[in-house]
Amino acid sequence: MSGTFAPRPGAAPLLRQVLAQARTEARLMLRNGEQLLLAVVIPVIVLVGAVAGSERVGLELDASAVDTFAPGVLALAVMSTAFTSLAIATGFERRYGVIKWLGSSPLPRSGLLAGKVLALLLVEMLQLLVLGGTALALGWDPVVSGGSVLGALLVGVLGTAAFAAIGLLVAGTLRAEATLAAANLVYLLLMAGGAVVLPASAYGGFGEVAQWLPSGALGEGMRAALVDGAVEVTSLVALGAWALVGTVLTARTFQWE
Amino acid sequence: MHDDHEPAVVVDALEMRYGAKRAVDGLSLTVARGSITAVLGPNGAGKTTTLETCEGYRRPQRGTVRVLGLDPQADRRALLPRIGVMLQSGGAWSGIRAEEMLRHAASLHAHPLPHELLVERLGLADCGRTPYRRLSGGQQQRLGLACALVGRPELVFVDEPTAGMDPQARRTTWELLEELRADGVTVVLTTHYMDEAERLADTIHIIDRGRLIATGSPVELTRGGSVSTIRLVVTSPFPPDAPESLTAALGPGTTVTVLDALSLLVTGPADASTLARVSRWCEEQGVLPESLSLGTRTLEDVFLELTGRGLDDEADSPDPRRDGVVA
Repeated sequence: MSGTFAPRPGAAPLLRQVLAQARTEARLMLRNGEQLLLAVVIPVIVLVGAVAGSERVGLELDASAVDTFAPGVLALAVMSTAFTSLAIATGFERRYGVIKWLGSSPLPRSGLLAGKVLALLLVEMLQLLVLGGTALALGWDPVVSGGSVLGALLVGVLGTAAFAAIGLLVAGTLRAEATLAAANLVYLLLMAGGAVVLPASAYGGFGEVAQWLPSGALGEGMRAALVDGAVEVTSLVALGAWALVGTVLTARTFQWE
Repeated sequence: MHDDHEPAVVVDALEMRYGAKRAVDGLSLTVARGSITAVLGPNGAGKTTTLETCEGYRRPQRGTVRVLGLDPQADRRALLPRIGVMLQSGGAWSGIRAEEMLRHAASLHAHPLPHELLVERLGLADCGRTPYRRLSGGQQQRLGLACALVGRPELVFVDEPTAGMDPQARRTTWELLEELRADGVTVVLTTHYMDEAERLADTIHIIDRGRLIATGSPVELTRGGSVSTIRLVVTSPFPPDAPESLTAALGPGTTVTVLDALSLLVTGPADASTLARVSRWCEEQGVLPESLSLGTRTLEDVFLELTGRGLDDEADSPDPRRDGVVA
Protein backbone atom coordinates (compact mmCIF):
# COMPACT_ATOMS: atom_id res chain seq x y z
CA MET A 1 0.00 0.00 0.00
CA SER A 2 1.38 3.41 -0.89
CA GLY A 3 0.26 6.92 -0.10
CA THR A 4 0.99 9.66 2.35
CA PHE A 5 -0.30 7.76 5.35
CA ALA A 6 0.76 4.26 4.31
CA PRO A 7 1.49 2.41 7.58
CA ARG A 8 5.10 2.20 8.65
CA PRO A 9 4.88 1.85 12.40
CA GLY A 10 7.70 1.38 14.85
CA ALA A 11 8.99 2.65 18.16
CA ALA A 12 12.03 4.92 18.25
CA PRO A 13 15.04 3.43 20.10
CA LEU A 14 14.30 3.60 23.84
CA LEU A 15 17.22 5.92 24.57
CA ARG A 16 15.95 8.44 22.01
CA GLN A 17 12.48 8.30 23.54
CA VAL A 18 13.85 8.84 27.04
CA LEU A 19 15.98 11.78 25.93
CA ALA A 20 13.00 13.33 24.12
CA GLN A 21 10.86 12.93 27.24
CA ALA A 22 13.56 14.46 29.45
CA ARG A 23 14.08 17.38 27.07
CA THR A 24 10.37 18.17 26.88
CA GLU A 25 9.85 17.91 30.64
CA ALA A 26 12.90 19.99 31.51
CA ARG A 27 11.95 22.63 28.98
CA LEU A 28 8.40 22.90 30.33
CA MET A 29 9.70 23.05 33.92
CA LEU A 30 12.11 25.87 33.10
CA ARG A 31 9.47 27.78 31.16
CA ASN A 32 7.01 27.74 34.04
CA GLY A 33 7.35 30.86 36.20
CA GLU A 34 6.25 29.27 39.46
CA GLN A 35 8.59 26.34 38.97
CA LEU A 36 11.47 28.70 38.28
CA LEU A 37 10.61 30.62 41.43
CA LEU A 38 10.90 27.39 43.43
CA ALA A 39 13.98 26.14 41.63
CA VAL A 40 16.17 29.23 41.66
CA VAL A 41 14.67 32.43 43.03
CA ILE A 42 13.70 31.18 46.49
CA PRO A 43 17.01 29.31 47.07
CA VAL A 44 19.00 32.42 46.04
CA ILE A 45 16.96 34.60 48.42
CA VAL A 46 17.39 32.06 51.22
CA LEU A 47 21.15 31.91 50.63
CA VAL A 48 21.70 35.65 50.56
CA GLY A 49 19.26 36.21 53.44
CA ALA A 50 20.78 33.50 55.64
CA VAL A 51 24.33 34.71 55.11
CA ALA A 52 23.42 38.34 55.78
CA GLY A 53 21.07 37.51 58.67
CA SER A 54 23.31 35.12 60.58
CA GLU A 55 26.01 37.77 60.84
CA ARG A 56 23.49 40.14 62.38
CA VAL A 57 22.00 37.68 64.93
CA GLY A 58 25.39 36.11 65.65
CA LEU A 59 24.34 32.49 65.10
CA GLU A 60 27.03 30.13 66.37
CA LEU A 61 28.29 27.98 63.55
CA ASP A 62 31.25 25.62 63.19
CA ALA A 63 32.15 27.10 59.81
CA SER A 64 31.62 30.49 58.19
CA ALA A 65 28.02 31.41 57.40
CA VAL A 66 28.30 30.98 53.64
CA ASP A 67 30.22 27.69 54.00
CA THR A 68 27.43 26.38 56.25
CA PHE A 69 24.47 27.66 54.27
CA ALA A 70 25.64 27.02 50.68
CA PRO A 71 25.45 23.19 51.01
CA GLY A 72 22.06 23.56 52.76
CA VAL A 73 20.74 25.73 49.94
CA LEU A 74 21.93 23.17 47.38
CA ALA A 75 20.00 20.58 49.38
CA LEU A 76 16.98 22.89 49.35
CA ALA A 77 17.30 23.17 45.56
CA VAL A 78 17.23 19.38 45.21
CA MET A 79 14.14 19.26 47.42
CA SER A 80 12.32 21.96 45.46
CA THR A 81 12.92 20.28 42.11
CA ALA A 82 12.72 16.60 42.95
CA PHE A 83 9.78 16.97 45.30
CA THR A 84 7.70 20.10 44.79
CA SER A 85 8.19 20.74 41.08
CA LEU A 86 7.93 17.08 40.16
CA ALA A 87 4.80 16.53 42.27
CA ILE A 88 3.01 19.56 40.85
CA ALA A 89 4.00 18.82 37.25
CA THR A 90 2.99 15.17 37.54
CA GLY A 91 -0.29 16.03 39.26
CA PHE A 92 -1.28 18.23 36.33
CA GLU A 93 -0.03 15.66 33.82
CA ARG A 94 -2.52 13.26 35.32
CA ARG A 95 -5.25 15.90 35.24
CA TYR A 96 -4.70 16.78 31.58
CA GLY A 97 -4.41 13.20 30.39
CA VAL A 98 -0.73 13.57 29.41
CA ILE A 99 0.26 10.42 31.25
CA LYS A 100 -2.74 8.64 29.82
CA TRP A 101 -1.84 9.59 26.26
CA LEU A 102 1.80 8.64 26.81
CA GLY A 103 0.47 5.28 28.00
CA SER A 104 -0.76 4.64 24.45
CA SER A 105 2.52 5.78 22.90
CA PRO A 106 5.60 3.60 22.37
CA LEU A 107 7.21 5.10 25.51
CA PRO A 108 7.07 2.46 28.27
CA ARG A 109 6.37 3.42 31.89
CA SER A 110 10.02 2.77 32.77
CA GLY A 111 11.04 5.13 29.97
CA LEU A 112 8.67 7.78 31.27
CA LEU A 113 10.22 7.47 34.72
CA ALA A 114 13.74 7.58 33.34
CA GLY A 115 12.82 10.68 31.36
CA LYS A 116 11.47 12.35 34.46
CA VAL A 117 14.60 11.55 36.49
CA LEU A 118 16.83 12.81 33.69
CA ALA A 119 14.80 16.03 33.47
CA LEU A 120 15.23 16.50 37.23
CA LEU A 121 18.99 16.00 36.98
CA LEU A 122 19.17 18.50 34.10
CA VAL A 123 17.32 21.14 36.10
CA GLU A 124 19.46 20.39 39.16
CA MET A 125 22.60 20.97 37.11
CA LEU A 126 21.35 24.41 36.17
CA GLN A 127 20.46 25.11 39.80
CA LEU A 128 23.96 24.05 40.84
CA LEU A 129 25.45 26.50 38.35
CA VAL A 130 23.33 29.45 39.49
CA LEU A 131 23.39 28.72 43.23
CA GLY A 132 27.02 27.60 43.27
CA GLY A 133 27.97 30.75 41.37
CA THR A 134 26.04 32.95 43.80
CA ALA A 135 27.62 31.23 46.80
CA LEU A 136 31.13 31.60 45.35
CA ALA A 137 30.43 35.28 44.81
CA LEU A 138 29.50 35.50 48.51
CA GLY A 139 32.84 33.96 49.45
CA TRP A 140 31.96 30.26 49.62
CA ASP A 141 35.05 28.09 50.07
CA PRO A 142 33.92 24.46 49.81
CA VAL A 143 36.20 21.52 50.53
CA VAL A 144 37.13 20.05 47.16
CA SER A 145 38.40 16.48 47.43
CA GLY A 146 37.55 13.00 46.26
CA GLY A 147 35.52 12.47 49.41
CA SER A 148 33.58 15.71 49.17
CA VAL A 149 32.66 15.23 45.50
CA LEU A 150 31.66 11.60 46.09
CA GLY A 151 29.68 12.49 49.20
CA ALA A 152 27.83 15.39 47.56
CA LEU A 153 27.08 13.32 44.48
CA LEU A 154 25.75 10.34 46.46
CA VAL A 155 23.66 12.55 48.70
CA GLY A 156 22.35 14.49 45.71
CA VAL A 157 21.36 11.39 43.77
CA LEU A 158 19.83 9.54 46.74
CA GLY A 159 18.12 12.73 47.87
CA THR A 160 16.66 13.17 44.41
CA ALA A 161 15.45 9.56 44.46
CA ALA A 162 13.90 9.89 47.92
CA PHE A 163 12.11 13.17 47.23
CA ALA A 164 11.02 12.11 43.73
CA ALA A 165 9.47 8.93 45.16
CA ILE A 166 7.58 10.94 47.79
CA GLY A 167 6.59 13.57 45.23
CA LEU A 168 5.18 10.93 42.89
CA LEU A 169 3.38 9.31 45.83
CA VAL A 170 1.56 12.59 46.48
CA ALA A 171 0.94 13.33 42.78
CA GLY A 172 -0.31 9.83 42.06
CA THR A 173 -2.93 9.73 44.77
CA LEU A 174 -4.25 13.28 45.27
CA ARG A 175 -6.09 15.52 42.83
CA ALA A 176 -3.99 18.10 41.00
CA GLU A 177 -5.07 21.07 43.18
CA ALA A 178 -4.55 19.10 46.39
CA THR A 179 -1.12 18.05 45.13
CA LEU A 180 -0.26 21.68 44.43
CA ALA A 181 -1.26 22.70 47.96
CA ALA A 182 0.35 19.72 49.71
CA ALA A 183 3.62 19.97 47.78
CA ASN A 184 4.02 23.66 48.60
CA LEU A 185 3.02 23.24 52.24
CA VAL A 186 5.40 20.33 52.85
CA TYR A 187 8.15 22.30 51.11
CA LEU A 188 7.63 25.31 53.39
CA LEU A 189 7.45 23.18 56.54
CA LEU A 190 10.61 21.26 55.68
CA MET A 191 12.44 24.42 54.64
CA ALA A 192 11.67 26.00 58.02
CA GLY A 193 11.80 23.01 60.35
CA GLY A 194 13.41 20.15 58.44
CA ALA A 195 17.13 20.85 59.01
CA VAL A 196 17.73 21.38 55.34
CA VAL A 197 19.23 24.90 55.29
CA LEU A 198 19.94 25.19 59.02
CA PRO A 199 22.07 22.40 60.53
CA ALA A 200 20.23 19.85 62.67
CA SER A 201 22.28 21.03 65.68
CA ALA A 202 20.48 24.39 65.48
CA TYR A 203 17.15 22.71 66.34
CA GLY A 204 18.14 21.52 69.80
CA GLY A 205 16.55 18.20 70.77
CA PHE A 206 14.43 18.07 67.62
CA GLY A 207 17.66 17.93 65.62
CA GLU A 208 17.99 14.23 66.53
CA VAL A 209 14.68 13.58 64.78
CA ALA A 210 15.20 16.09 62.00
CA GLN A 211 18.36 14.44 60.71
CA TRP A 212 16.31 11.34 59.86
CA LEU A 213 13.78 13.31 57.84
CA PRO A 214 14.55 13.26 54.12
CA SER A 215 15.19 17.02 54.32
CA GLY A 216 17.52 16.71 57.32
CA ALA A 217 19.39 13.74 55.88
CA LEU A 218 19.86 15.60 52.60
CA GLY A 219 21.03 18.79 54.33
CA GLU A 220 23.33 17.06 56.85
CA GLY A 221 24.80 14.83 54.14
CA MET A 222 25.46 17.79 51.87
CA ARG A 223 27.12 19.77 54.72
CA ALA A 224 29.24 16.79 55.77
CA ALA A 225 30.50 16.47 52.21
CA LEU A 226 31.13 20.13 51.42
CA VAL A 227 32.18 21.41 54.87
CA ASP A 228 34.17 18.39 56.12
CA GLY A 229 34.84 16.46 52.91
CA ALA A 230 33.18 13.40 54.46
CA VAL A 231 30.70 10.80 53.24
CA GLU A 232 27.93 10.80 55.87
CA VAL A 233 26.71 7.21 56.00
CA THR A 234 23.78 7.97 58.34
CA SER A 235 22.37 10.41 55.77
CA LEU A 236 22.78 7.96 52.93
CA VAL A 237 21.02 5.22 54.91
CA ALA A 238 18.15 7.56 55.79
CA LEU A 239 17.75 8.78 52.19
CA GLY A 240 17.98 5.23 50.85
CA ALA A 241 15.26 4.11 53.23
CA TRP A 242 12.98 7.01 52.26
CA ALA A 243 13.58 6.26 48.59
CA LEU A 244 12.75 2.59 49.09
CA VAL A 245 9.59 3.16 51.12
CA GLY A 246 8.45 5.93 48.77
CA THR A 247 9.01 3.81 45.69
CA VAL A 248 7.15 0.80 47.07
CA LEU A 249 4.18 2.95 48.16
CA THR A 250 4.14 4.84 44.87
CA ALA A 251 4.24 1.67 42.82
CA ARG A 252 1.26 0.36 44.79
CA THR A 253 -0.89 3.47 44.80
CA PHE A 254 -0.07 5.52 41.72
CA GLN A 255 -3.11 6.10 39.54
CA TRP A 256 -2.31 6.97 35.96
CA GLU A 257 -5.52 8.93 35.45
CA MET B 1 3.70 -9.48 8.00
CA HIS B 2 0.04 -10.21 8.68
CA ASP B 3 -2.93 -11.90 7.12
CA ASP B 4 -5.05 -9.21 5.47
CA HIS B 5 -8.21 -11.18 6.05
CA GLU B 6 -7.71 -11.39 9.76
CA PRO B 7 -9.82 -8.68 11.43
CA ALA B 8 -7.99 -5.68 12.87
CA VAL B 9 -10.03 -5.83 16.06
CA VAL B 10 -11.97 -8.68 17.63
CA VAL B 11 -13.99 -8.01 20.78
CA ASP B 12 -15.61 -11.15 22.14
CA ALA B 13 -18.21 -11.20 24.93
CA LEU B 14 -16.57 -8.25 26.68
CA GLU B 15 -17.90 -7.32 30.08
CA MET B 16 -16.80 -4.29 32.09
CA ARG B 17 -18.33 -3.00 35.29
CA TYR B 18 -17.78 0.05 37.43
CA GLY B 19 -19.14 -0.92 40.82
CA ALA B 20 -22.69 -2.08 40.27
CA LYS B 21 -22.98 -0.43 36.87
CA ARG B 22 -22.35 -2.54 33.80
CA ALA B 23 -20.60 -0.25 31.35
CA VAL B 24 -20.08 -3.00 28.80
CA ASP B 25 -22.38 -6.00 28.91
CA GLY B 26 -21.37 -8.96 26.77
CA LEU B 27 -20.27 -6.97 23.74
CA SER B 28 -18.92 -8.70 20.64
CA LEU B 29 -17.80 -6.98 17.45
CA THR B 30 -15.13 -7.11 14.77
CA VAL B 31 -13.38 -4.47 12.72
CA ALA B 32 -12.19 -5.32 9.21
CA ARG B 33 -8.71 -4.23 8.17
CA GLY B 34 -8.52 -1.14 6.02
CA SER B 35 -12.04 -0.05 6.90
CA ILE B 36 -13.55 2.86 8.74
CA THR B 37 -15.70 1.47 11.50
CA ALA B 38 -17.95 3.67 13.59
CA VAL B 39 -19.07 2.77 17.08
CA LEU B 40 -22.25 4.75 17.49
CA GLY B 41 -24.26 5.29 20.63
CA PRO B 42 -25.47 7.86 23.13
CA ASN B 43 -23.23 9.22 25.88
CA GLY B 44 -22.65 6.57 28.50
CA ALA B 45 -23.36 3.66 26.14
CA GLY B 46 -19.96 2.08 26.75
CA LYS B 47 -18.15 3.32 23.62
CA THR B 48 -15.15 4.83 25.36
CA THR B 49 -14.78 1.92 27.79
CA THR B 50 -14.73 -0.51 24.86
CA LEU B 51 -12.17 1.59 23.02
CA GLU B 52 -9.98 1.93 26.10
CA THR B 53 -9.97 -1.82 26.54
CA CYS B 54 -8.77 -2.20 22.96
CA GLU B 55 -6.07 0.42 23.61
CA GLY B 56 -4.78 -1.57 26.59
CA TYR B 57 -5.86 0.93 29.27
CA ARG B 58 -8.29 -1.48 30.88
CA ARG B 59 -8.11 -5.20 31.46
CA PRO B 60 -11.23 -7.05 30.27
CA GLN B 61 -13.14 -8.29 33.32
CA ARG B 62 -14.73 -10.96 31.15
CA GLY B 63 -14.36 -11.87 27.50
CA THR B 64 -11.41 -11.25 25.23
CA VAL B 65 -10.07 -8.46 23.09
CA ARG B 66 -7.57 -8.87 20.24
CA VAL B 67 -6.10 -5.96 18.33
CA LEU B 68 -3.99 -6.70 15.24
CA GLY B 69 -3.97 -10.27 16.51
CA LEU B 70 -2.40 -9.22 19.84
CA ASP B 71 -3.61 -9.11 23.42
CA PRO B 72 -3.60 -5.40 24.37
CA GLN B 73 -2.54 -6.29 27.92
CA ALA B 74 -0.02 -9.10 27.50
CA ASP B 75 1.42 -7.85 24.20
CA ARG B 76 1.23 -4.17 25.06
CA ARG B 77 4.78 -3.28 24.07
CA ALA B 78 4.44 -4.96 20.68
CA LEU B 79 1.03 -3.45 20.01
CA LEU B 80 1.40 0.19 21.05
CA PRO B 81 3.89 1.29 18.38
CA ARG B 82 1.48 -0.03 15.74
CA ILE B 83 -1.60 1.90 16.83
CA GLY B 84 -2.45 5.58 17.14
CA VAL B 85 -4.77 6.89 19.82
CA MET B 86 -6.71 10.12 19.95
CA LEU B 87 -8.32 10.64 23.33
CA GLN B 88 -11.69 12.29 23.72
CA SER B 89 -10.01 15.24 25.41
CA GLY B 90 -6.67 16.33 26.77
CA GLY B 91 -3.52 14.34 26.29
CA ALA B 92 -1.07 17.27 26.19
CA TRP B 93 0.74 19.45 28.72
CA SER B 94 -1.15 22.68 29.25
CA GLY B 95 1.93 24.82 28.64
CA ILE B 96 3.35 22.99 25.63
CA ARG B 97 3.23 24.68 22.23
CA ALA B 98 1.32 22.84 19.51
CA GLU B 99 4.44 22.27 17.40
CA GLU B 100 6.44 21.07 20.42
CA MET B 101 3.76 18.51 21.26
CA LEU B 102 3.69 17.19 17.73
CA ARG B 103 7.50 17.00 17.57
CA HIS B 104 7.54 15.23 20.93
CA ALA B 105 5.04 12.64 19.68
CA ALA B 106 7.11 12.21 16.50
CA SER B 107 10.30 11.61 18.49
CA LEU B 108 8.80 8.50 20.11
CA HIS B 109 8.42 6.78 16.72
CA ALA B 110 10.88 5.21 14.32
CA HIS B 111 9.49 6.59 11.03
CA PRO B 112 7.37 9.61 11.89
CA LEU B 113 5.46 11.53 9.24
CA PRO B 114 7.06 14.84 8.25
CA HIS B 115 6.09 17.61 10.67
CA GLU B 116 5.14 20.06 7.92
CA LEU B 117 2.82 17.59 6.25
CA LEU B 118 0.67 17.08 9.33
CA VAL B 119 0.73 20.76 10.24
CA GLU B 120 -0.54 21.64 6.78
CA ARG B 121 -3.08 18.85 6.47
CA LEU B 122 -4.61 19.53 9.87
CA GLY B 123 -4.53 23.31 9.60
CA LEU B 124 -2.20 23.79 12.56
CA ALA B 125 0.16 26.26 10.86
CA ASP B 126 -1.40 29.31 12.52
CA CYS B 127 -1.20 27.99 16.04
CA GLY B 128 2.19 26.24 16.09
CA ARG B 129 3.58 28.50 18.81
CA THR B 130 0.36 28.68 20.82
CA PRO B 131 0.38 26.88 24.18
CA TYR B 132 -2.07 23.98 24.33
CA ARG B 133 -4.32 25.62 26.91
CA ARG B 134 -4.92 28.59 24.58
CA LEU B 135 -5.87 26.47 21.56
CA SER B 136 -9.56 26.34 20.65
CA GLY B 137 -11.41 23.08 21.23
CA GLY B 138 -11.24 22.28 17.54
CA GLN B 139 -7.50 23.00 17.38
CA GLN B 140 -6.89 20.74 20.38
CA GLN B 141 -8.84 17.99 18.61
CA ARG B 142 -6.81 18.41 15.43
CA LEU B 143 -3.54 18.37 17.34
CA GLY B 144 -4.69 15.19 19.10
CA LEU B 145 -5.41 13.62 15.74
CA ALA B 146 -2.02 14.70 14.39
CA CYS B 147 -0.30 13.11 17.40
CA ALA B 148 -2.26 9.89 16.81
CA LEU B 149 -1.17 9.77 13.16
CA VAL B 150 2.43 10.92 13.37
CA GLY B 151 3.85 7.42 13.98
CA ARG B 152 2.35 6.01 10.75
CA PRO B 153 0.13 3.52 12.58
CA GLU B 154 -1.68 0.57 11.03
CA LEU B 155 -4.74 1.25 13.13
CA VAL B 156 -6.04 4.43 14.74
CA PHE B 157 -8.63 4.75 17.48
CA VAL B 158 -10.28 8.15 17.45
CA ASP B 159 -12.73 9.02 20.21
CA GLU B 160 -15.29 11.61 19.09
CA PRO B 161 -12.86 13.13 16.58
CA THR B 162 -14.93 16.11 15.46
CA ALA B 163 -16.58 17.13 18.74
CA GLY B 164 -16.21 20.89 19.08
CA MET B 165 -15.07 21.46 15.49
CA ASP B 166 -16.62 23.98 13.14
CA PRO B 167 -18.25 22.60 9.95
CA GLN B 168 -15.21 23.40 7.81
CA ALA B 169 -12.82 21.60 10.15
CA ARG B 170 -15.20 18.65 10.37
CA ARG B 171 -15.19 18.24 6.59
CA THR B 172 -11.39 18.49 6.48
CA THR B 173 -11.13 15.85 9.21
CA TRP B 174 -13.54 13.54 7.40
CA GLU B 175 -11.53 13.84 4.19
CA LEU B 176 -8.38 13.04 6.11
CA LEU B 177 -9.93 9.93 7.68
CA GLU B 178 -11.05 8.81 4.21
CA GLU B 179 -7.54 9.31 2.91
CA LEU B 180 -6.20 7.18 5.75
CA ARG B 181 -8.49 4.37 4.68
CA ALA B 182 -7.41 4.75 1.06
CA ASP B 183 -3.79 4.43 2.22
CA GLY B 184 -4.52 1.21 4.07
CA VAL B 185 -4.97 2.46 7.64
CA THR B 186 -7.77 0.95 9.69
CA VAL B 187 -9.85 3.60 11.47
CA VAL B 188 -12.08 2.94 14.49
CA LEU B 189 -14.05 5.95 15.60
CA THR B 190 -16.68 6.56 18.23
CA THR B 191 -19.25 9.19 17.58
CA HIS B 192 -22.70 10.24 18.51
CA TYR B 193 -23.09 12.21 15.30
CA MET B 194 -25.34 10.49 12.80
CA ASP B 195 -24.04 12.33 9.75
CA GLU B 196 -20.45 11.47 10.66
CA ALA B 197 -21.17 7.75 10.85
CA GLU B 198 -23.31 7.79 7.70
CA ARG B 199 -20.77 9.70 5.67
CA LEU B 200 -17.62 7.89 6.79
CA ALA B 201 -18.23 4.39 8.00
CA ASP B 202 -18.04 1.18 6.05
CA THR B 203 -19.50 -0.55 9.06
CA ILE B 204 -21.48 0.88 11.95
CA HIS B 205 -21.86 -0.85 15.28
CA ILE B 206 -24.70 0.66 17.28
CA ILE B 207 -24.19 0.29 21.03
CA ASP B 208 -26.64 1.02 23.80
CA ARG B 209 -26.25 0.30 27.52
CA GLY B 210 -23.10 -1.69 26.87
CA ARG B 211 -24.68 -4.00 24.31
CA LEU B 212 -24.37 -4.25 20.55
CA ILE B 213 -27.86 -3.72 19.18
CA ALA B 214 -27.22 -3.48 15.43
CA THR B 215 -24.40 -3.86 12.93
CA GLY B 216 -24.26 -3.08 9.25
CA SER B 217 -23.28 -0.64 6.58
CA PRO B 218 -25.14 2.69 6.61
CA VAL B 219 -27.19 1.50 3.62
CA GLU B 220 -28.08 -1.80 5.25
CA LEU B 221 -29.05 -0.12 8.49
CA THR B 222 -31.28 2.47 6.87
CA ARG B 223 -32.57 0.04 4.22
CA GLY B 224 -31.22 2.15 1.47
CA GLY B 225 -32.57 5.37 2.81
CA SER B 226 -35.89 4.82 1.00
CA VAL B 227 -38.98 6.71 2.06
CA SER B 228 -40.03 4.65 5.01
CA THR B 229 -41.16 6.82 7.87
CA ILE B 230 -44.36 8.65 8.51
CA ARG B 231 -44.36 11.34 11.12
CA LEU B 232 -47.72 12.21 12.59
CA VAL B 233 -48.39 15.32 14.63
CA VAL B 234 -51.84 15.82 16.16
CA THR B 235 -53.59 18.74 17.84
CA SER B 236 -54.71 16.98 21.05
CA PRO B 237 -52.92 14.24 23.00
CA PHE B 238 -53.07 10.63 21.85
CA PRO B 239 -55.05 8.09 23.90
CA PRO B 240 -52.80 5.99 26.17
CA ASP B 241 -53.08 2.85 24.06
CA ALA B 242 -52.17 4.68 20.84
CA PRO B 243 -49.05 2.61 19.99
CA GLU B 244 -50.90 -0.69 20.36
CA SER B 245 -54.05 0.32 18.52
CA LEU B 246 -52.18 1.97 15.66
CA THR B 247 -49.86 -1.01 15.27
CA ALA B 248 -52.94 -3.25 15.14
CA ALA B 249 -54.54 -1.01 12.54
CA LEU B 250 -51.45 -0.98 10.34
CA GLY B 251 -50.69 -4.68 10.45
CA PRO B 252 -47.30 -6.45 10.54
CA GLY B 253 -44.12 -4.87 9.16
CA THR B 254 -44.57 -1.49 10.79
CA THR B 255 -43.27 -0.06 14.04
CA VAL B 256 -44.88 2.75 15.98
CA THR B 257 -42.72 4.93 18.24
CA VAL B 258 -44.33 7.63 20.34
CA LEU B 259 -42.12 10.72 20.31
CA ASP B 260 -44.11 12.87 22.71
CA ALA B 261 -47.73 13.52 23.68
CA LEU B 262 -48.54 15.04 20.29
CA SER B 263 -46.30 13.22 17.80
CA LEU B 264 -45.32 9.75 16.77
CA LEU B 265 -43.25 8.00 14.15
CA VAL B 266 -44.37 5.08 11.99
CA THR B 267 -41.58 3.06 10.40
CA GLY B 268 -42.28 0.58 7.65
CA PRO B 269 -43.55 0.68 4.07
CA ALA B 270 -44.67 4.29 3.71
CA ASP B 271 -47.11 3.78 0.87
CA ALA B 272 -50.54 5.23 0.05
CA SER B 273 -52.37 2.45 1.85
CA THR B 274 -50.41 2.95 5.07
CA LEU B 275 -51.11 6.68 4.88
CA ALA B 276 -54.82 5.98 4.40
CA ARG B 277 -54.82 3.67 7.43
CA VAL B 278 -53.09 6.26 9.57
CA SER B 279 -55.71 8.89 8.76
CA ARG B 280 -58.56 6.41 9.28
CA TRP B 281 -57.07 5.53 12.68
CA CYS B 282 -57.00 9.27 13.56
CA GLU B 283 -60.68 9.51 12.64
CA GLU B 284 -61.52 6.51 14.83
CA GLN B 285 -59.55 7.89 17.76
CA GLY B 286 -61.04 11.35 17.39
CA VAL B 287 -57.70 13.11 17.02
CA LEU B 288 -57.06 15.72 14.38
CA PRO B 289 -53.82 15.39 12.38
CA GLU B 290 -51.96 18.64 12.25
CA SER B 291 -49.32 17.27 9.92
CA LEU B 292 -48.53 13.97 8.31
CA SER B 293 -45.12 13.88 6.70
CA LEU B 294 -43.08 11.26 4.90
CA GLY B 295 -39.42 10.90 5.58
CA THR B 296 -36.33 8.91 4.81
CA ARG B 297 -35.27 6.40 7.39
CA THR B 298 -32.17 7.73 9.05
CA LEU B 299 -29.76 6.21 11.50
CA GLU B 300 -31.47 8.25 14.16
CA ASP B 301 -34.76 6.48 13.32
CA VAL B 302 -32.99 3.13 13.47
CA PHE B 303 -31.60 3.99 16.86
CA LEU B 304 -34.95 5.29 18.09
CA GLU B 305 -36.69 2.10 17.00
CA LEU B 306 -34.12 -0.14 18.61
CA THR B 307 -33.91 1.68 21.93
CA GLY B 308 -36.93 3.94 22.19
CA ARG B 309 -34.51 6.83 22.80
CA GLY B 310 -32.68 9.41 20.76
CA LEU B 311 -28.94 9.38 20.27
CA ASP B 312 -28.36 12.68 22.00
CA ASP B 313 -30.03 11.45 25.17
CA GLU B 314 -27.98 10.14 28.02
CA ALA B 315 -28.01 6.37 28.25
CA ASP B 316 -29.43 6.62 31.74
CA SER B 317 -32.16 9.06 30.76
CA PRO B 318 -35.24 7.98 32.72
CA ASP B 319 -37.86 9.03 30.17
CA PRO B 320 -37.79 6.69 27.19
CA ARG B 321 -39.70 9.16 25.05
CA ARG B 322 -37.97 11.92 23.32
CA ASP B 323 -39.16 15.47 23.03
CA GLY B 324 -38.44 17.41 19.93
CA VAL B 325 -38.05 16.67 16.31
CA VAL B 326 -36.58 13.62 14.68
CA ALA B 327 -33.97 14.37 12.05
